[in-house]
Amino acid sequence: MQCCRLVPFGVLLFGLYACATLGEGGASRLDLIRQRGELRCGVSGKIPGFSFLERDGRYAGLDVDMCQAFAAAFVGDSSKVEYRPLTAPERFTALRTGEIDLLSRNTTFNLSRDASGGNGVTFAPVVFHDGQGLLVRRNSGINGLDDLRDKTICVGSGTTTEQNLNDVFQAKRIAYKPVKYQDLNQLVAGYLQGRCSAMTSDRSQLASARSGFAQPNNHQILPEVLSKEPLAPLSSGGDQRLADAMRWVVYALITAEEMGITKANVDVKLQEATSDPSKTALRRFLGVDGELGSKLGLRNDFVVSVLKTTGNYGEIYDRHLGPQSAVPIPRGLNQLHRDGGVLIAPPFQ
Amino acid sequence: MTRRQRWWIQVLLLVAVLTLAGILINNLTVNLIRTGLGLSFRWLSRPAGFAISEHLLPFQPGDSMAWALLMGWLNSLRVIACSIAFATVLGVVAGAASRSNNPLFSALAGLYVGLIRQIPLLLQLLFWYFVAFLGLPSEPLAPLGALIRVSNQAITVMGLNLSVEFAAVLVGLSVFTGAAIAEVVRGGLDAVPRGQWEAFRSLGIGEGLGLQRVVLPQALPAILPALSSQYLNLAKNSTLSIAVGYADLYAVSDTAITQTGRAIEGFLLLLLSFFLLNLLINSSMQILNHSVLNKGKRT
Repeated sequence: MQCCRLVPFGVLLFGLYACATLGEGGASRLDLIRQRGELRCGVSGKIPGFSFLERDGRYAGLDVDMCQAFAAAFVGDSSKVEYRPLTAPERFTALRTGEIDLLSRNTTFNLSRDASGGNGVTFAPVVFHDGQGLLVRRNSGINGLDDLRDKTICVGSGTTTEQNLNDVFQAKRIAYKPVKYQDLNQLVAGYLQGRCSAMTSDRSQLASARSGFAQPNNHQILPEVLSKEPLAPLSSGGDQRLADAMRWVVYALITAEEMGITKANVDVKLQEATSDPSKTALRRFLGVDGELGSKLGLRNDFVVSVLKTTGNYGEIYDRHLGPQSAVPIPRGLNQLHRDGGVLIAPPFQ
Repeated sequence: MTRRQRWWIQVLLLVAVLTLAGILINNLTVNLIRTGLGLSFRWLSRPAGFAISEHLLPFQPGDSMAWALLMGWLNSLRVIACSIAFATVLGVVAGAASRSNNPLFSALAGLYVGLIRQIPLLLQLLFWYFVAFLGLPSEPLAPLGALIRVSNQAITVMGLNLSVEFAAVLVGLSVFTGAAIAEVVRGGLDAVPRGQWEAFRSLGIGEGLGLQRVVLPQALPAILPALSSQYLNLAKNSTLSIAVGYADLYAVSDTAITQTGRAIEGFLLLLLSFFLLNLLINSSMQILNHSVLNKGKRT
């Protein structure tokens, strides 16, 4: 009888042991994603134009399209994505503990995050070049940083925004009071309720938040840009195969725009490449020749799956942030290099 | 069960616990090595590089991370200590009122406890902050002349300046825990035999004095253990401050963790700080408990 009393305890111990040993294993996360047949993608879920829960209950935006492009390349099916909405402070822990495979959540690429002595993550190429700004009320009489002396500024906690704000204001010797919120919605609510004279975030986020205000025109984004904010998807450090695969999916989107391949004409282009052996660059890019995909551990035609899902980078941008979208943001730095922006992809060779 | 069997079970249990701890620690180390990070606390001496809106001691963004965390801890202590005081007063008054002969008092107390206990604390904090305090006009109202000035920027009570974030957390935690304490007090009062009430009433002693001298001293042994667990709950619940922008220990650690990437070390420090804080609350309550019980024995 005594031994039977210990059975539940044994079961519990075994359960704990199973929990404790999960998450180990030396193989690349890429194999795990394939085995699972699904990509776990961390997003914000609260920024219209980047990742936002639409009326039909689906996530949409530039960051979400990146998740779909990765899923199309890794699993071959862009619908096999499980989205995990994460707050700014949660995101790195979720990545580090392996709860998510990768993060596509307007995250700024900087040294301490990239370095193994810092957050130890690995960034894919930048998908949106942003800068930090300040949103103020038009009738507040605040027209520049100097007008914010001793004023209260609402800022999101656990972000680079907090540090940039401090760097810029300290350098200019302007004293200010920060009120920090963990959640973007609370940040907006605090600002709208009049707790702060200004709210600060990336200018794209300010534009997207303002688009949801009752009277967007009563608020203005100050012309000063406080920082460079290159936003990029990222994976946990130390997994080169996954990092490489992500890097080249992003480059594929940019290259497709350079080559004029769109969601609509990708099939035609593929036919062209297959039938015409002289189009070597196109053949390599679409996986007819060269076996570039298998070098990354992907299918050779991964570029075709990606483009059929999301289209090229320009199409993704126009869909969510273009002039006809709900959150129009001028493309500026996010144009191709040949059009005056900074986007450029290394060759598919 | 023989003595020998019992002894063996103890040994098995000890081995099991040690193995489990070993597995967990091993797992942590393996994961840390995998991500190329060892445990390190050197970041504590680095400059914080962020501002904190309220701090009891002088603080500059150039001060160390450790100093910033200490400011957060002091902010936590401040709001916990004040909330415990308010919640106790509120709870004792409401608990006593629910057993009062006055039907208005007991109905009000019942309504308060019933309403507050049904609503999650996070919602209440958000309500107090975004609706009640931020709903105030930005120009100060002074209902009692210079004594109290309130606006959605700051609250000034007799020259003492409080931020609206602090006020919201203070009110939210006090009201929420007050309701729980009211039930604890009511339970304690109910544990005192009905005859004791009738006895002091028949002697012509008033309700207030009777409660204070006759009923409460007998109810205290039943109230105190449950009261101390309410205090511990309050201390732990104070971490919800982050939702309304109050710079408590959790909020400051949160910033420190994201800026340094030291999540595991940050959480270890957090756990340790709360462990120490709750140990402090628990042991002072135990001392109080002992003195009450011993006093009962002497009479």
